[in-house]
Amino acid sequence: MADVMNIQGHVRLGSNAGQSMTRRDGVLKVTGRATYAADNRPEGVLHAVTATAGIARGRVTHLDTAAAEAHPGVVKVYTPANRPDLAVSPDEKIHGFAWRTEALQDDTVRYAGQPIALVVAETLEAATEGSHLLAPRYDADTPRIGLDGGVPFQPETISIGRPPSLEVGDIDAARTGAARHFETVIETPAQYHNALEPHAITAQWTGDRLEIDTPNQAIGLAKQSFAAYLGVNPAHILIRSPFLGGGFGSKAILFGAQLLVALAAKDLDRPIKLALRRDQMYGPVGHRPATRQTLKLDVDTRGHIAALEHHTIAVASSFDDFIENASNASHSVYATTALRTTHAGIRADTGTPGPMRAPGEATGSAALEVAIDDAAYALGFDPLEFRLRNYAETDPATGMQFSSKALRECYAQAAEAFGWQDRPLEPGSMKQGRLLKGWGMGTAQFPCPMFQAAAHATLRADGSAVVETSAADMGQGAWTSLAQIAADGLGIDIDRLEFRSGQSNLPDAGVAGGSGHTATAGTALFNAGADTIRQLAELALNDPASPLFGADNAGVTARGGRLYRNDDDTRSEAYEDILARAGLDLLRGEGKGAREGEPERAMFSHGGVFAEVLVDPDLGQVRVSRLIGAFAAGRIVNPHLARSQLLGGMIWGIGFALQEEAIHDVRTGRFTNADLAGYHIPVNADVPMIEALTVHEDDPFVNSLGIKGVGELGVTGTVGAIANAVWHATGIRPKRFPIHPESLI
Amino acid sequence: MTQILNLTINGTSQDIPIDDPRATLLDVLRERIGLTGTKKGCDRGQCGACTVLIDGRRINSCLALALSYDGAEITTVEGLAQGELLHPVQAAFIEADGFQCGYCTPGQIMSAVALIAEGEAGLDPERVREGMSGNLCRCAAYAGITEAVLKATRAMNREDAA
Ligand code: FES
Ligand code: FES
Repeated sequence: MADVMNIQGHVRLGSNAGQSMTRRDGVLKVTGRATYAADNRPEGVLHAVTATAGIARGRVTHLDTAAAEAHPGVVKVYTPANRPDLAVSPDEKIHGFAWRTEALQDDTVRYAGQPIALVVAETLEAATEGSHLLAPRYDADTPRIGLDGGVPFQPETISIGRPPSLEVGDIDAARTGAARHFETVIETPAQYHNALEPHAITAQWTGDRLEIDTPNQAIGLAKQSFAAYLGVNPAHILIRSPFLGGGFGSKAILFGAQLLVALAAKDLDRPIKLALRRDQMYGPVGHRPATRQTLKLDVDTRGHIAALEHHTIAVASSFDDFIENASNASHSVYATTALRTTHAGIRADTGTPGPMRAPGEATGSAALEVAIDDAAYALGFDPLEFRLRNYAETDPATGMQFSSKALRECYAQAAEAFGWQDRPLEPGSMKQGRLLKGWGMGTAQFPCPMFQAAAHATLRADGSAVVETSAADMGQGAWTSLAQIAADGLGIDIDRLEFRSGQSNLPDAGVAGGSGHTATAGTALFNAGADTIRQLAELALNDPASPLFGADNAGVTARGGRLYRNDDDTRSEAYEDILARAGLDLLRGEGKGAREGEPERAMFSHGGVFAEVLVDPDLGQVRVSRLIGAFAAGRIVNPHLARSQLLGGMIWGIGFALQEEAIHDVRTGRFTNADLAGYHIPVNADVPMIEALTVHEDDPFVNSLGIKGVGELGVTGTVGAIANAVWHATGIRPKRFPIHPESLI
Repeated sequence: MTQILNLTINGTSQDIPIDDPRATLLDVLRERIGLTGTKKGCDRGQCGACTVLIDGRRINSCLALALSYDGAEITTVEGLAQGELLHPVQAAFIEADGFQCGYCTPGQIMSAVALIAEGEAGLDPERVREGMSGNLCRCAAYAGITEAVLKATRAMNREDAA
């Protein structure tokens, strides 16, 4: 139901949002008819494969292009010697969200797995063979690898343009006055997104117009980037990204091979398709970097945190500046009188890191939750009791009030469902058969950013509607939940709505990232619908033939494809009738979604996560046997899909805690496990009894629809909960993630 | 030298000219005859996205050389539904939200169809999880996948009984 007279403030959504609806793209996805980028086969398509560097630092001195080009089926080999020109160097950062990338600009190798040539052939088999025949020779330098092998530096900004440090209160004074001091040092490894769909692109030119099929989380921005690097009018570029086979942050930015394919397609005047091999996803498309974090916690005699200091050293690449902002995870979770967070960087010969599902938050929360647990035990508190004692009533980082915060309810509901009250304080006190059993918890928190989005809505003569925005569905369910919101903005049933999205010739919906897409694009869609209905109401209210005529002060309400007088529910009129009398075929509205002005409240989603683990005392093997979280994230648009997002995040927490790590051979700088056999992610059998509860939360401040985000929240809190459960089972505090069996025996 | 490969795919016998003996069954399906429902996640037998049924058995088609399957009967995700009528496993995946991005889904579904036919897991969630563990889901829709397999098993048992 759209309240058409008043769309400021908190809007009660109608019959579509808030419903558990199965995915609108469900049938396409279960029948194999959903088309991902690499499923496109334009007439005459050529296949491209990149050859990648076998060293981590140095120069390519020779490529046997003759051998590759002599191979039957190979059409052309591109190297720095013959690569067509780009308008802008790929080492240029054309906007704040651009990463330096490799598109054969020179013969330098800056990390193992970097593209050093592009082979184009009639078949995938020929292109693959051609790439092997290049047999590169190198002038190799000693690689600088990992936290201890790289070159320290002080970053000017962290994450994307944020300040590297924060200080609130007098930390030294607070520390001196405190009774107990705790220090925790924890390392986290390099992790790779590993979306199941490898990055892919199909590019096809018609004259000076370029059509691109590629999975992308920020389609509008991608269009601008392609246009800038290729020197093409953005209006001549069409990007289609109807389905992303997962993104998790790695498909938000452009990488060099995409530019190379576009260049080669133009050069050869044929469509070209490229999909990265799984091992090629361990370099040019971002990752979560390794960190070493130090937490210093000072607690007074009553168990209140007096000082909290979080320092992160994060690995960066040698040629770009992304620093994982892990320390910021300590900004707003627990109350403290003094707070200090700092970051430092290590330059190493690796691909540039980037945002990976809950960037900073996941990494920092993992360390923070372990440190908090450590202090709780030393002071004789139950871990939940200690967290409640340090519950942040206002945001420690800014002093602001929270826009809403139902964390207490989350703790209570999850603890109850888990049976936490029976937990013995001492570690090593529970067993199941010969296995050690432990219970641990963690707090989940994730900010609620909003970006910029625009949308159009068009009401048709028959009362149905079409909405348009270039949003991205990488699995979060945008095609469903955004359509639910859009239908409510228009006051129609979702079955009467045509939802157009996933391509660049629609109003820009911003980025699907930061867990802010539903809020941002949803607001734009809702507003576009409301704008349309406002115009429709104006027509009716001014038309003496309408039963709504003269309702001006009382106003009207849109629902089920009709406008109703607020003061008299029996007087209503169908959209199609209003349009028909006005002689209109279409009525079109526009909407924007963005946060207005500087926020005056601290805005976060929250949750409490409780984990049970079983540890084999002889083998050190850990299994998560139960995982229960309760989350408060404002309005839940589609509970069915939100639950899946939260569960997915929690399972990422299992991977972070126990499995995921990319291992570099420090001598060569190459990975030893750049595939899905060596880089372990959770499989079905790793996922036990798991549940995500949602706690009701009305948030009148976060945005007009009251929507927060659920995509990344579940990762935070979970990692710490599992680590703390492992400690509770074994008495051993993990010093690094993932927790290796050998560290427990 | 082009060779002719005969496959019965989703019930239809086809002669497929194979110009390159290196082609995997997965690439033949996807790139030569345009059945792109079957997905490539790793090309190394490590993820299960390319799972198809060969003579009723589930295999990773990225590890299968196409020419060595001459005469085989192949079922892909495109061959499950009958017109608009979804296979019970497909319907259960939608109902239980057994996917998010959907990229692993064709493989999951083919694997589930075979798992149910193998009859080893039955209605034991633990064994379903084990039996489905060759199919990775990075979105981690595992709870929904397990629920979907159990739902579909029950539905198919009922069908059999009826
Ligand atoms: S693509 Fe065949 S197992 Fe991954
Ligand atoms: S649904 Fe995305 S990988 Fe399984």
